[in-house]
Amino acid sequence: MALLELKSVSRHFGGVRAVDGLDLVIEPGQIFGLIGPNGSGKSTTVNLITGLFPLTSGSIVFQNEDLEKLPTHLRLQTGIARTFQNIRLFGQLTAWQNLWVAQNSPADWAKRGFFSRWLGGQSGVREEISQLLEFSGLAHRQDELAANLAFGEQRRLELARALATRPKLILLDEPAAGMNTEEIGQLRERILKIRAQGTTVLLVEHVMELVMGVTDRIAVLNFGQKIAEGTPVEVQADAAVRKAYLGGGE
Amino acid sequence: MDFYFGLAQIIGVHTLLGLSAYIVLLTGQVSMAQAGFFAVGAYAAGMLTVLAGWAILPALAASSLLGAAVACAVGFPALRVKGLMLVIATLAFGEAVRLFFFNFDYQVARGGVKLGPLGGEGFRQIRYFPENGWTTMQVMLFIWIFVVLVMAILWWLDRSRYGAVLRAVGEDELAAQSVGINLTAVKVSAMTIGGAIAGLGGGIYAHYTTHIEHASFGILLATFALAYPILGGLGSVFGTVVAAIFVQGFLVEGLRFLGDWRNLLFGALIVLAMNLRPKGFLDAPTLRWIRRVFGGKRGAA
Repeated sequence: MALLELKSVSRHFGGVRAVDGLDLVIEPGQIFGLIGPNGSGKSTTVNLITGLFPLTSGSIVFQNEDLEKLPTHLRLQTGIARTFQNIRLFGQLTAWQNLWVAQNSPADWAKRGFFSRWLGGQSGVREEISQLLEFSGLAHRQDELAANLAFGEQRRLELARALATRPKLILLDEPAAGMNTEEIGQLRERILKIRAQGTTVLLVEHVMELVMGVTDRIAVLNFGQKIAEGTPVEVQADAAVRKAYLGGGE
Repeated sequence: MDFYFGLAQIIGVHTLLGLSAYIVLLTGQVSMAQAGFFAVGAYAAGMLTVLAGWAILPALAASSLLGAAVACAVGFPALRVKGLMLVIATLAFGEAVRLFFFNFDYQVARGGVKLGPLGGEGFRQIRYFPENGWTTMQVMLFIWIFVVLVMAILWWLDRSRYGAVLRAVGEDELAAQSVGINLTAVKVSAMTIGGAIAGLGGGIYAHYTTHIEHASFGILLATFALAYPILGGLGSVFGTVVAAIFVQGFLVEGLRFLGDWRNLLFGALIVLAMNLRPKGFLDAPTLRWIRRVFGGKRGAA
């Protein structure tokens, strides 16, 4: 049974059809790639799934629940987390605090009472946050303000912040942008570990060495429409995909 | 000596007003409504002690609750708008409150004398402190107990997870939503806490001046409310009290010997202070230095 299903989803901005009749099915445990040229609607799709703006038409179903009426913060509590294409951390909070404020999953609700959830201090929650900082290679930087971290560290912290919400589905919006080959290799290891822990991944990415190496299935967008879908090998061989990426006459 | 006690009273009440704006500013909201909540608290507490014969503590509790309730009710519609729109919306609310009290008559005869708010003439004879024989020093200490109490609560809230969430919302609303933070709940709760503090401050203000009128609760007071936390710095509650001492103690009272030149220098010194300390008197490096000097080992906040 599908974890996330987009049924002929459209979003128009004025006359621009940013996403146009998109169907997607993501199965639990998949690493699903979403690729396409600039402006093809990838980030818009992520923003629609997290509810930053309403759909023009169509529907999005997550775990048999129609997301249409849910505001963004409640979608997260059903288990959808994301990172941003242009990093959006809380710059004047420390790395540690960035993860602290992200612990909003219902599992965290249940474990702590209202008092320690909202009014409690920093003791007693150290363990999970330490694990996440360790996972991201940021343990030594925990008391640094997020704004003072290096670019690669900020990307890793943003990923850790999304994981701190205990997602069932994590949407990564171009996580490899601006990274060098070594960092991309580390990111790839992290994505595989995230999946191994039971989290489904939707990876929006331009960097082909990452997408082709790590995904189970890929959908290709162009001008808001899906032009191909399949395994990495199938997609690479697809004529329409080649044309969209390399150009060529209609 | 009474002069200094009186000055300390003013500084105390203005600190409360500044703290009520501080917590709202942490969420990135610029509210000009704090003077309105302050006015509501002042009239409510005054009417309770003068007309209903309540003691001061229950009257202050009630004015604080009323301030919170009004702020909560204003928060829901007002916080749907942001930035300059919010400034205008809250300013409009503050002026509406002021004009309400300009037109508000509710006088009751007490022993041949009519007491209570009387429109533009204001509300005279809020004489709880003199009638009960409190000295200026006692009133001053009474005020500062509340100031210290409110500062302690805010300081603790600031270090709690709620404080980090407030600052997260102030930094980036989109990112905060995306990690599951309910923006409405956070902003309205901060506004409500701010309203409770302003209502308390107003209640105290009514009793130490003994005479309140609508003109005291205008745009100037709303601007002062915002100026204290901004001048003092949003890194810690202590900035607000430092700024209230600077403005009320130094600029308003300390420069009185300059006569008419004072007002000119007042503006110039505020501009100078903001240029020299753009992040407030107690900015992040200063706070770190204070923590190091006074031996706080955990620099986590």
